[in-house]
This record gives sequence, C-alpha cells and structure tokens, in this order.
Amino acid sequence: MATAVSPMRALKEAGIAALVAAVLGLPLIGFRLMDQAGGETLATRWYDLVYVIAIAFVGRLALVLTGDSPRRSAAAVTSAVAPIVRPVGAYLPWLLIVFALILPALPFATRGVIDSGILILTYILLGWGLNIVTGLAGLLDLGYVAFLAIGAYTTAILSSRFGLTFWECLPLAPVAASAAGLLLGFPILKLRGDYFAIVTLGFGEIIRIVANNWRSLTNGSQGIANLPRPSFFGLADFTASPAPGHTAFNALFGIAYSPIQRVIFLYYVVLALALAVNVFTLRIRRLPIGRMWEALREDDIAAAALGIDRRKIKLAAFAIGAAWGGVAGVVFDARQGFVTPESFGFIESAMITAIVVLGGMGSQLGIVLAAVVLVGLPELFREFDTYRMMTFGAAMIAIMRFRPRGLIETRRPTAVLK
Amino acid sequence: MTAILTIDGLTMRFGGLTAIDAVSFEVRPAAITALIGPNGAGKTTLFNCVTGFYRPTKGGIRLNRAGGPVQLAGLPNHRIARLGVARTFQNIRLFGRMTVLENLLVAQHAELMRASLFSIAGILGLPRYRKAEAQAIETARHWLDRVGLTARANDPADTLPYGDQRRLEIVRAICTGPRLLCLDEPAAGLNPRESADLAALIRAISAELDLAVLLIEHDMSVVMGISDHIVVLDYGRKIAEGPPAAIRADKAVIAAYLGEPEDAVA
Repeated sequence: MATAVSPMRALKEAGIAALVAAVLGLPLIGFRLMDQAGGETLATRWYDLVYVIAIAFVGRLALVLTGDSPRRSAAAVTSAVAPIVRPVGAYLPWLLIVFALILPALPFATRGVIDSGILILTYILLGWGLNIVTGLAGLLDLGYVAFLAIGAYTTAILSSRFGLTFWECLPLAPVAASAAGLLLGFPILKLRGDYFAIVTLGFGEIIRIVANNWRSLTNGSQGIANLPRPSFFGLADFTASPAPGHTAFNALFGIAYSPIQRVIFLYYVVLALALAVNVFTLRIRRLPIGRMWEALREDDIAAAALGIDRRKIKLAAFAIGAAWGGVAGVVFDARQGFVTPESFGFIESAMITAIVVLGGMGSQLGIVLAAVVLVGLPELFREFDTYRMMTFGAAMIAIMRFRPRGLIETRRPTAVLK
Repeated sequence: MTAILTIDGLTMRFGGLTAIDAVSFEVRPAAITALIGPNGAGKTTLFNCVTGFYRPTKGGIRLNRAGGPVQLAGLPNHRIARLGVARTFQNIRLFGRMTVLENLLVAQHAELMRASLFSIAGILGLPRYRKAEAQAIETARHWLDRVGLTARANDPADTLPYGDQRRLEIVRAICTGPRLLCLDEPAAGLNPRESADLAALIRAISAELDLAVLLIEHDMSVVMGISDHIVVLDYGRKIAEGPPAAIRADKAVIAAYLGEPEDAVA
C-alpha cells in the first residue's frame, strides 16, 4: 500500500500540520484562566502546547510516509470488520438486552457503573424519542431537550407541591410534554428544513430561560431539590429507616439494607421504560403512520400528492417524540433528585441530535451504540476530567470518519413481498 | 357524457406575469386528454392549479364526482388527492430509501389508516389490521406484476433504473384509487421503445379502470397515439382543442408548436 513519498514532502506536510496545531493550540491550550482569591489570572501551559504540536508533527509524518490515506485505511477497516460484524449484527440487539439485564449482577457493577448505566439508558430513551421526529419523520429538532425539561419540571413541581409520587408522575409528565409539543408544533410545522431547526433551537432556549426566570413556579436558578425517589411500586421504600406506616424494601424481602438497591431498582425501571419505547417504535414504524413519516422525510411534496395531510402527520410525530422526552424527564428527576435549569442547555440538545445522527437516522440499534459511545465513554474517562470532552470529540470524529451515514446505515423494510 | 373535470376561465398570475390566461376546457371520463404546447406555455402551472399545489388567481376547477360537483380551486393539495385526483411529477418524486413495495403501500394509506383504527388496532396487531395490510400488499403486487417490477419489490426505489422509476411513480399514483390521473411528462427521458410501451400501458389502464387521464407530453408519437382529445396552450392561452387529427392540421398549432412537416419545408 505504501507509495513512495519524498522525505522532503513528508516533512513539509508534517510542518504544516504542526503549524495548524500551534495556531489552534495557542489560545485553546497555551493560556488558561485561573480563578484565584485576588481575581482571575492568566496561566500558561507551554509544555502541554509543545506536546500537542509534537504529536501533530510526528503523527502526520508517519501517515504521509506510510502512504496510507485515511480514506483507504477507513475502507480497509470497514471491509476487514464487515464479515465479523454482519453475523454478530443479527444477534447484537439480543446480546445487548441480555447484557443490560444482567449488568447489576456483574462483578464490576459498582454503584457508579449502574448510575452511568441509568444515564446511558436515559439518553437512549431520549435518542429513541427524537428518532421518531428526526430519524423517521425527518424533522431536524435542535431543541429536543425542551421536552426533557418539561417532563422533569412537571415531575418536580407535581411532586414537591402536590406530593405526587414517581409512579403518578410517570404518565402525567409525557402528557405535559406532548401538549407542549403540539402547542409548539402547530404553528411551525409549515416551516421547512433549516427554518424549522432554528425555531426548535429557539424553543429549547426559551424553555430553559423560562425555567430560570419564573421563580414562583420553578424556584429559578436554585432549582427544585429533594425530589422523592421512586418507591418499589408503592409497596415499599428504599430506605434504612422507613417513615411511620411505610415498609422498607429490605424488610419486605427480608434482606440486609444497602443503598445500592435503590439504584439497581431505578436502573431496571429505566430499562423497562426504554424497552417499552423501543417496542412501540418498532411497531409504529410498520404501521401506515410510520410509513407516512418516512415518506414525508423522503419527499413531502410527493406525500402531499398522495393525499397525506403533512401537518397532521408531522404533528403526530412531534407529539409522540415529545412524550418520550417527557418520560425521560421523570427518570432524570429520579436519578438526580433535583432539577435546575442549567441541565437543559443547548449542549444537551446537540448531544441527543448527535446520538440520532451518528447512530444512523432511523436505526434503533444505532442509537444504542451511539449513546454508549458518546455518553458511556466520557463517563468512563471521568477520572481524567480534563480529557473527557476530548474523548467525546474523538468519538464523534471517528464515527464521522469511518461511518459517515451513521453507525448503522441499513434500513429494514417495513413490509416485504414474498 | 358529462365531463369529470371542468376548467372554467382559469387564470394564474405570478406578480406581473400571467402564466395561465382564462383557459377553459373539459376532461372527459374514461378518456385520455393531452395538454401540449411549447416550454413555458403554462402546462405544469395548470397541473399545479388542478392538484392544489398553486392557488389559482381566478376561475374555477370543478370535479364532477358521483356525490356531486366539488370546487377544487383553493383546496389544499392533500384534500384534492383524497377526492380522487392523483398526479406524477415531471422530475420523478419517489420515496427513494423506501422499497418499491413500501412506495405503493404509502399510496394506500387512507384505507390502511382506517383499518388500523388510526394506529390503535395496528399497535395491538389486531387481525383486522393484518388482513387489511395483506390486502394492500396484494394490490401492490397486482400493479407491480402489471409493470414488470415484481422482482424489484423489496429494493429501495432509488436503485431502480430511470424508466422503471417512471412506471413505479405512475402505479403509485394509481394505488391511491384515483378518478382522474394527471401525468406530467411520463415519457420524458425514455427511449422510443420505452415510450411506446408506456403509451400502451397508459391506454390499457385507462380503459381497464374507466380512468380519466390528463397528460402533459412533448413526445408527439405518444400524444397522437393515445389521446382522445388534445388541448394546446401557448403563452398561457388555449390556442386550439380537438381530436388528434384536427390538432395535427391546425394552422395555429403548427405555427406555435408542431412546426411544418419536413417535406413542406423542403
């Protein structure tokens, strides 16, 4: 594969790469604002900068000298991996489900691991919700986090003010999110492509700002804390010292108390919700409404010419997608125990959109893989706090580089002529 | 025999430009009416008015159905489609990543949606819905057999060759169960052999289903071969209308569009 490249040219290319690294790295790595008692001071990190420049130089030099263009190596990787991946692919969903089911029993499953599992499942839930809107109906919603926020705040307000439990909020929050989706969707679904994306982006920000400023309802930037944790189906509480008239979970089953029981229970609740959403989506995709969503994504003019009421069908996608966002909101509260507006910034919407797009628009399995890569990896690297976002970026670039149409790009037909 | 579609003084202006100027004609049931004329004469604009993609500036478009006449001008496009007016597009518009079969199932959404009780029976997988879907697949199979695309039924529509895509778009329109089928240049980009086959297909389907067809076409062998009635537009005005033989001999049409026969020029 190696093609002869003159050493001079290789050095030149490596020099250019180093120069780019230097220009980009100077402001990003070279300087750092430090919060100190006497105010902010500027610290420099010249050594780190030199490392980065050196890595860029050597890396580029090696690439050029081996003559291995990234495109070709990408193709080589894909064709080498394909024969292994394909047979596994058929069983992968089942393997993942089994793995998810036995995860809490595995030896490495500490409280932190299970908590990360809940977080990943929450994002999978969000990804599957957005998948209906963006993956199937083709509406690029950049403010999807708004529905997570509405679900989370509905739960927080209902439980802190009216004493509703997790189980009572579970059906109510999606209804609220769905209603918000209808309200927003109705006037804007006429907009196309980019315009639609911009309005939804604005909607996401509006919800966050309202949550921040409507102090009487949301307690502003302080947020709402001490949210009740889910009970064991209303039968028992996860606590060592139950309130009078309540039963403790450990007492109910006659086992020793451990704080991890609550986390494991929540994990299974989220898993069950996610699987239910998945079954729902897999089914609805094969129904006329699901086909109409995909038809609208492919060509909405042709769809209208076949008698499809574009607005109504898009609105249905928007409302259902929003409902799943609301469900994720309930879970979000149960995991964190508190809610503040800053959890619902644009970066969260971007993350969910990234999961759907990188996973492969419309692919349920792709979203799981993307959520594991984009949410799971940074969680794993949490100890190396500084490099967390870097792993996120690297994962994103790698997917775009090797699988530009998403991790899973094949589409399964909704009906087959035998 | 009353007309299925009556166009009465139809006018469409875009700002200062009059694309269609007080055009009136009728489309007869179970017959093929062709709309011809030079590029820019307003043929596609007229199609867009009839199918609800444009709202006409003035004039009436009346669909005469069994349940009484309906004024189409100003109705949204999906309502017009549901009243039984199907169309194809000059630049083919298929649902590219969906399979050939799915394209035809989308076209049958109205019955399927009803059978699925607006998705409730569908989500639960009730037999009522499964039966309706099997029926829809059979309808699709019938039309795929008809145009020789059965073998490609499970392939994505955008992987078909051009001529097959044209035919798929036509049978997709037919799967909506229309009373009037509007075809916008169905033979564009086809070779003479394919054009002739397509013309025969349109003729046969029209006869079989008692379907009225309104056709825009530049290929005169197709137009003259299958049309019962021809309407000629030029600069947005109707300059002639009549059976093919009369149109071929019409002085105004020859001057504006058809041109002199070669021997006459020589």
